[in-house]
Amino acid sequence: MRPFEYARPQSEGEALDLLNDHDANTAILAGGTDLISLLQEDLQVPQRVVDIKNVDSMQAITADGTGVIVGALTTLEDIAEHPMLADYRSLLDVVDGTRSIQVQSMGTLGGDLCHLPNCWYFRNGYGLLGLEDGESLVASGDNRYHAVLGNQGPAKFVSASRFAPALIAWGAEVRVIGPEPTADEWLPLEQFFVTPKVQSQGISVLEPGQMISHVRLPDAQALVSSTYEVLQLEGLDWPLASAAATLDLDGGVVREARIVMGHVAPTPWTAHEAGQSLVGLPVDEETAGRAGEIAVAEATPLSGNAYKVQLARTAVKRALLGAVDKLEGAL
Amino acid sequence: MAERKVAWKARKDNTLIGQDIPRLDGVDKASGSAKYAADINTAGTLYARLLTFKGGAAVIKALDVAAAEKTPGVRAVHVFNGVDKEVRWDGTIVAAVAADTPEQAEDGVRAIKVTYEAKPHFVDEEDLPGAAKAKRTKPLGDNQKGDVAAALKAAKHVHKGYYGVATISHMCLEPHGSHCEWEGKDKLNVHLSTQNVSGTGGQFAGPLGLDASNVSITCNYIGGGFGSKFAADQWGVVCAQLAKKAGKPVRLMLDRATELKIGGTRPSGFAEVTIAADADGNITVWDSHHWGTSGIAGSTIALSQTPYCFDGIPNRNRKATGISTNCGPNRAWRAPPHPQLCAITDTVVDDLAAKMGADSYDIFMKNLDKTPKPDVYAEEMKIGAKLIDWKAKWHAHGKGGKGPVKRGLGMAIHRWGGRAGATTCTVKIHPDGAVETFLGSQDLGTGTRTVIAITLAETFGLGVRDVKVNIGNNSYPKANPSGGSITVGGVSGPLRRAGLEALWKIYDLVAAKYKVKADSLSAKGGKILSAGKTVCSWKQACGLLGPMPLEVQGQGPKNDGLTSQGVAGVQMADVSVDTETGIVRINKLVAVQDCGLIIDELTARSQVSGGLIMGIAYALSEERIMDNRTGRFINADLENYKLPRIGDIGELVVEMYQPDSEYERGVVGLGEPPVISTGAAISNAVANATGVRVPVLPLTPQRVVEALKGGQA
Repeated sequence: MRPFEYARPQSEGEALDLLNDHDANTAILAGGTDLISLLQEDLQVPQRVVDIKNVDSMQAITADGTGVIVGALTTLEDIAEHPMLADYRSLLDVVDGTRSIQVQSMGTLGGDLCHLPNCWYFRNGYGLLGLEDGESLVASGDNRYHAVLGNQGPAKFVSASRFAPALIAWGAEVRVIGPEPTADEWLPLEQFFVTPKVQSQGISVLEPGQMISHVRLPDAQALVSSTYEVLQLEGLDWPLASAAATLDLDGGVVREARIVMGHVAPTPWTAHEAGQSLVGLPVDEETAGRAGEIAVAEATPLSGNAYKVQLARTAVKRALLGAVDKLEGAL
Repeated sequence: MAERKVAWKARKDNTLIGQDIPRLDGVDKASGSAKYAADINTAGTLYARLLTFKGGAAVIKALDVAAAEKTPGVRAVHVFNGVDKEVRWDGTIVAAVAADTPEQAEDGVRAIKVTYEAKPHFVDEEDLPGAAKAKRTKPLGDNQKGDVAAALKAAKHVHKGYYGVATISHMCLEPHGSHCEWEGKDKLNVHLSTQNVSGTGGQFAGPLGLDASNVSITCNYIGGGFGSKFAADQWGVVCAQLAKKAGKPVRLMLDRATELKIGGTRPSGFAEVTIAADADGNITVWDSHHWGTSGIAGSTIALSQTPYCFDGIPNRNRKATGISTNCGPNRAWRAPPHPQLCAITDTVVDDLAAKMGADSYDIFMKNLDKTPKPDVYAEEMKIGAKLIDWKAKWHAHGKGGKGPVKRGLGMAIHRWGGRAGATTCTVKIHPDGAVETFLGSQDLGTGTRTVIAITLAETFGLGVRDVKVNIGNNSYPKANPSGGSITVGGVSGPLRRAGLEALWKIYDLVAAKYKVKADSLSAKGGKILSAGKTVCSWKQACGLLGPMPLEVQGQGPKNDGLTSQGVAGVQMADVSVDTETGIVRINKLVAVQDCGLIIDELTARSQVSGGLIMGIAYALSEERIMDNRTGRFINADLENYKLPRIGDIGELVVEMYQPDSEYERGVVGLGEPPVISTGAAISNAVANATGVRVPVLPLTPQRVVEALKGGQA
C-alpha cells in the first residue's frame, strides 16, 4: 500500500469536491471490503482516499410513496433488518448467501455495485481485461470462473456484484452524482453496468469523480422474488453463478417475470426471453426448468467453463421456484 | 526388594492418563498472550518484505537495488537471485528489503528494478502426453509380482479406471519465518516458526560462519507446521543477514501468496488402474501406472506403497512417471504420501465393489487379509459401521434418492507408523516439591506440552498444573523434530523413564526416613502412600532430598514397552451431492482410530478432528491451480485457495479404538493418520450417491458436473 491523503467528508457535495481533486485520481472508501485489497495489491494507486462513511444523506432508507430509496452506504446487515426492505426477499437472500459476518456488517450496497471483478488475471496485475501483449490470458488460460455469456469481446471477467441481479430484477434505479457538486442523475441500474472494450472504460458508466449515492426500488406491491446463488463453500465465497427473479403473479399465473443472472457475464445478465416464456403460466419445475434452458441458450462457454452453463441454468430454475416457495431438495 | 521395572501403570490405576484433559496453553492461545515468532517485536525490530518472481520461468538479465537502498526507512537489502540466475517457478524470492515500517519495506521492494528474460515453462501436472512432448517426464520405476496377465484371464470381475489427486500447498495459519536478533557480533537469537527446535541451530550457524553453540533457537508456539517447517530455510538465514547488515533485529515472515507458492506442496498423483477379483470378491490383480509432480524435481507419490495397505494382492504391476514442472517444491505434508495413495487405491476398490454389485463394506472386509492389520481393521470397521448406520443407509451406487440431491456412504482405510522419536529430557525435582522438565521439543498445537505434563504428573501423583514444562529452546536436551507422528512417543517414553528413576530415589529416602518398605510405596494425590496409607506429603518427601534439587535424564526410544508403532484406521463418510450444481456437502464423518496407549484422550480426539477437517479440504475444495498460460500459481490467495469453513465440515464423530490390547502396546503417534483416508471415503460416498466416479480430488462443482455429464461409472 502506498501513501495517500485521507479525507472524511460530511456531505455529498463535499465528497464530490474531494473526489475531483488530483485529476480525480481518488478512491472512495465505504466498507473497504474491496478497496483495501486493491490498494494492498497496487491495483489502485489513488492520491487521495475519500472515506464517505460520514455522509449522512447516503445512510438512510426512506419511502417516497412509490418505492423505497436506499442510501448507498446501507450495510448488508441494515438491508437484512430494515422493515421497509422485508418484502424484497431476493435482496435478503443475497445477504444470507454472503455469510461472512464481517462483510455483512461492513459491506455496503453501493460498494457491492462497484466491486471490481474477482478475475484472477485482473487481481494478479494483468489489467481489467487480463491482456498480455494484446492477447487475452483468459481465453488461452484458466477460465474456470469466467464468463459464459457476453464474453465475445475482450472482457471475459464476470461482474462481481451480488445485489445487482436482484436489484435489476426489481427494476431498481440508481442515483449517480458528480463530478460537479450539483450534478445528479437517476438511471435504471441495468444501464449502469458496461462491458468494457478497453480497460479505461471500467465496469460501469461512472466517470472519475462520480459516485452512486442512492438506489431506488419500486414499491414491492404483491410481487415475489428470490435469488439463488451457487456457492461452493458454506463460508465466505463468491457464487459460481447466480440468478434473481421477480415475479408478478395473478392467481398463481405469471403476469410478468424478470430474471437476471449474476457471475456469468461481464455485467449482470438479464434473461428477457426466459422471463417471457413464463407469461401466462404457473411457475413449476417444468416451466422454471424451461426458463433456465432459455436463459443459457445463447451461452458461449470458454475453454474450461462449460460447467457454469449448467450452474446458471440451475440458478435460474431455482430462483424462480424459490420465489413461489416451491424450491425443494437443493443443497 | 522387588525388581523395579520401567512400565506404564496398570490402566485402572491411572488418574490422568487416558482422561480428557484440556491443553495447558489453551487460555494463553485463545487470549493472545502466547507469543509466536510472528509476534516477536523487540525494540527496533525491522520489517522485511520480499520481491518475488511472478511467472513460470525466466533468467534475470538485470537487477538494480540501488534505489531500494536509498528509499527512506530502508536499512538493508539482500539479493537472493542476482543477474544470470534462473528463476524456475512462480514465487521464487528475488530480493528482500528490511525497513523501519512495513510500508517503507514495500516502497523499497517497488524500487528494485529487475529485467527478466522469459524461458519456456511447463506446469500441467495432469497432462502426461504434454509432459512427454515437452521432455518433462522421467521414469520412476516399475516392478512386477506374480502374473498379472494370467490372473486377469482367470478373474471374474475386472475394473479399469482413471483416478487422481491434485497438488495442494501448505497453508499454515502462521507462515514460515523468523525474528532474528544479534547479541554482539557472534551470538544470534532466533525466534523461529519451526517443528525442529533442536535441529535448526546449525542450519543458521553454517551459512553465517558462527559456532553452532552461539545460535539460540526459540519456538514456544507455532501456528501450524504439518511437515513444512523442519528447516532454517534460506529466508531464515537471510533474515539474520539483514539483521546483521542493519544492526537491528529483523522479522521476516513469508507473505500469504509466497507462503502458498514456496512454503511446500503435497505432490500430485494421477493413475490409470486395472483391478480384478475372483468370483468371491477376493482381489487378485492390481495393475497401475501413476504420474504427477513434486515441482522441478519431477517426483510423484511413492511407487513402493502402491496399492496402499493391500500389500497382499498376489499379482501386481506398478509403474510411476514423474513430471518436472515449473512449480514450487514439495515438502512433507501430513502423512506423506499416504493420503494420495489411499485416495487412488481405496476408490479403485470401491469401484470394483460397485462393478460386482457388492456392498463396498463387504469387499473391504473380505480383502483385509491382504493388509498389515486385518483384525484391527475389522473391529474398527464394525464400530464405524455402527456409528454411521452403514447397514441401514447403504444402497447400491447410484441409488441415492429421487430429486437432484443424492445421498451416499463411503469408506476407506489407512495405516501409519508412529514410532517414538529420539529424545532426551531432564526432569528436575526441587526440595520444595516443585517439578519441572526441560527438553528441546516443540508443541505444534498437537498438545505436546500437555502430554509432557500429564506424563510426569501421573508418575508423581500430582496435578497437571504442578509440572512446569520447559520446551521450545535448543539449549534444552535435544528432542526429535516433530514430524512423522513420532513426538508423543518421543517425549513420553523418556519422561516416564526419568520420572520413575526420580520417584524411586524419593521412595528410597522415604523408606529410610519413615521405616516403610520402598516397594510398598506409591504416589497419588500429592502424597506418598504405603499400602494405601499416607506416609507423607509429596513436599515432605522431596524435602528429604536435602538442599539440592534432584535431576534425572531420560532417554528414548528404548525397547521397554513404553512405546510402540503401527496404527490402522477406518473412516466413513455420509455425504449429499447436488447433481444439478455439483455441490457436495458432508453430513457426517466417522473416524475410528487406534494409537496404542492414549495419554490425553481430549487432545487425541482433537487431532483426529483436525485430520478430518484437512481431509475435507483436499477432498472438496483445496487445490493449487497453475495457469498454463502464464505459468503462475493463479489462486495463491485465500479467496481462491478454497478451504472449508465451519459450515462445510458437518458432523464429526471420532472414536478412539482402545481395548486393553491397545493400552498394552504403549504410546504410538497419532498426528498423521487421521488425515489419510478422508479423501477416499468422501469420494466413495459421492460415487455411492451418484453412481458416478468423480475421478480427481478435490471434488469441485466443476469436476462433479463434468463427471455426471460424462456419466462415467
